[in-house]
Amino acid sequence: MEKKSIFNAANAQKFLAFGALIILLIFFTLASPFFLTFDNIVSIMLSTCVNGILALGIIFVIITGGIDLSIGTVMTFSSVMAGVTITNMGMPIWFGVIIAILTGAFFGFVSGTVISRLKLQPFIATLGVMMITKGLSLVVSGTKPIYFSDTPSFRKIAAGSILKFGAEGKYSVPNGIFVFLVMAVIAAVILNKTKLGRYNFAIGSNEEATRLSGVNVAKWKTAIYALCGAFAGMAGIVMAARLDSAQPALGAGYELDAIASVVIGGTSMVGGEGTILGTVIGAFIISTLTNGLKVMGVAQEWQIVITGCVLVLAVLLDTMRKRGNK
Amino acid sequence: MNKSADLNLEVRGLKDTLLVMEGIDKSFPGVHALDHCKFELRAGEVHALVGENGAGKSTLMKILTGVYKKDEGKVIYKGKEIELNGTKEAQELGICIVHQELNLMPHLTAAQNMFIGREFTGKNKLFVNDNEANKRAQALFDAMNLKLDPKAKVGKLTVAMQQMIEIAKALSFDSQILVMDEPTTALTESEIDELFKMINHLKAKGVGIVYISHRMDEIKRITDRITVMRDGTYVDTVNTQETDIQQVINLMVGRTIYETANEHNYTDLNEVVLEVKNLNRGKAIKNVNFKLYKGEILGFSGLMGAGRTEVARAIFGADKYETGEIYVKGQKVTILRPEHAVGHGIGYLSEDRKRYGLTLGETVEQNIALACIDKYTNKLGFTDMSSVTATSKDYIEKLSIKTPGPKQKVKNLSGGNQQKVVIAKWLLRDCDILIFDEPTKGIDVGAKSEIYKLLSQLAKEGKSIIMISSELPEILRMSNRVIVMCEGRITGELDINSASQEEIIKYATKREA
Repeated sequence: MEKKSIFNAANAQKFLAFGALIILLIFFTLASPFFLTFDNIVSIMLSTCVNGILALGIIFVIITGGIDLSIGTVMTFSSVMAGVTITNMGMPIWFGVIIAILTGAFFGFVSGTVISRLKLQPFIATLGVMMITKGLSLVVSGTKPIYFSDTPSFRKIAAGSILKFGAEGKYSVPNGIFVFLVMAVIAAVILNKTKLGRYNFAIGSNEEATRLSGVNVAKWKTAIYALCGAFAGMAGIVMAARLDSAQPALGAGYELDAIASVVIGGTSMVGGEGTILGTVIGAFIISTLTNGLKVMGVAQEWQIVITGCVLVLAVLLDTMRKRGNK
Repeated sequence: MNKSADLNLEVRGLKDTLLVMEGIDKSFPGVHALDHCKFELRAGEVHALVGENGAGKSTLMKILTGVYKKDEGKVIYKGKEIELNGTKEAQELGICIVHQELNLMPHLTAAQNMFIGREFTGKNKLFVNDNEANKRAQALFDAMNLKLDPKAKVGKLTVAMQQMIEIAKALSFDSQILVMDEPTTALTESEIDELFKMINHLKAKGVGIVYISHRMDEIKRITDRITVMRDGTYVDTVNTQETDIQQVINLMVGRTIYETANEHNYTDLNEVVLEVKNLNRGKAIKNVNFKLYKGEILGFSGLMGAGRTEVARAIFGADKYETGEIYVKGQKVTILRPEHAVGHGIGYLSEDRKRYGLTLGETVEQNIALACIDKYTNKLGFTDMSSVTATSKDYIEKLSIKTPGPKQKVKNLSGGNQQKVVIAKWLLRDCDILIFDEPTKGIDVGAKSEIYKLLSQLAKEGKSIIMISSELPEILRMSNRVIVMCEGRITGELDINSASQEEIIKYATKREA
């Protein structure tokens, strides 16, 4: 029954997003001669990294039927903490990376605890954590950027390249892209192969039934928010490495791009379903759109308008597809 | 218990007693749900648990399966007294329930659903092993003679298949006791046959099955013994073979005759205010026809899920109907949305008034005026609150709503008075046809009689009332005529002078042949 058509519901979801990405690529290639160049494609991929890693984290929360508004500023605070550890305290880079991830996980844990044990709505709880981390970033950094000038190798996490080819390494692929892809693989394994992933879908599908099956829903929900926070921490590292600095004022608003990526990738905000591949493609669609419009010379303010339209259209198509299935 | 044990010796031979529940008592705030109930189950028997809605069957079984904790009493399972903390403990002991509203995760596969909470993991305890789960599930399905792919997403399967998965899940715990709560509600005839085959198969293996159902023909067909409950108390346990259905119904209803005669003396059945012709919607509403006369109270009786609320919501425009015609005062009308119904003078008072009928945090007067705030609003959009207050005071007096004043918040009122506020809202909106869905649900006895008085008064004033109620005494006390529904169809229409509880139950369980 399942094998009758590759266009069954599960596949259609992936194809829809993937098809949209291909159409965008073809459109921009035809529209602008500067689009399909090695440098430009690399630049698209690099600009996907931070948003992509955030999206990989928040998809876990969205599958439970929840939301995390704090990931943008948690990311910022994590990068500030990395800056404090590495630059101000002179600790090794790997230690700073771990601190950043733990910082993110900690705030996810806080949100998760407030949501699952104290029964606050995710929107409100994470809105609070968003403001807390936004403020803390400014407090800890003294409102000034922290530069990684003493540790030149830090920026290589995103900007360096372990893959070069062509004459004298003419074509080089920045590491940030690999970090993103490795994170995507990790996320896919967690979501599809582990208990946490299984309970993630179960909670989003029918929380009460999951609880009645003897699953400690509060514990797993907290773990899911902590995981989302850890991804935000990692995003903070990539962000800081790209800018070669921790910028305490940046970050707010990133959560919305991440949510948009997840949703364009075919994940329902109601919970219970979603794929990592879809999210990765969703993140690429957003950065391709932004980049393509820029290359075409569309004004930045109009880029935002068009991205908004695409988001609504994507979700509308997905909803219509689901209605058609029923 | 001795009596039933003796009876059982004769019919079935001696069987092991699997479970004894004694003196089980349970109260919820305001409700004494179970009053020292008992229940007994033997290995390899199918034991029906029957009673009217609210008799306490589900509560008793929720105590057995660890969903609720009992206040008092003993549960003896396989000769040992047990105390359960949660469903998982019950499952691990081999006591499982297949809920009426199935407890499955629609986005997960069959096998994933069966082993939720106890996934197979490798040595590292990190990764789940779906292959193993699929293999085990397949083995179970094979043993059950069930053609089902363990990898199928549950949300895409039929309800019957989902039920089979619940049963398979229960079996995977090596269940000794399986409770089935209204298992056939959503099944077709052939699916019921499959289910019964499965039940007989389990019975032969020595599993004790508790079968909760309203359907007498099924109970007759599949069960060995019947325990009857009424109003939270144990009534009797009888052997199925030696009992006829009428006897069971008598036990369910009780021999108490409700002394209150019909309150509402209506005059004539001349003016038809509402007529419904050939109303249909899928399985929920099947070819429903009826007339409602001016000044009458038309009772709608039936079991839960019989389709009464669905008919009401369709007439009110809250849900769509597929085919059918609705006439209001002889005029054919099109009702697609609630505002159309309200425009034709139809008001609907939901059974869940807290969710659909009231804005709890607001005041009495705000609630009364909610549906026709336009009347009190000028062209600039300002509301004339003083006339709202004045009108509200009129209604508070007319319906004798007990409240310190129109400015009191509705959430501080008792259930009966909240109901009156909803009634006031629709009266203010000039509704001549009022549909009451379980008007006295969650209202204490004293307030009930006030609501009854109010309904009679409204009917006398010329309003026409449809009253959906699951309480038979209430139906008999209030209605001029009674329509009985079962599985979306009207199975009987009774004149109040000839209607009895027994007759209503007979029609309410009259399934399609």
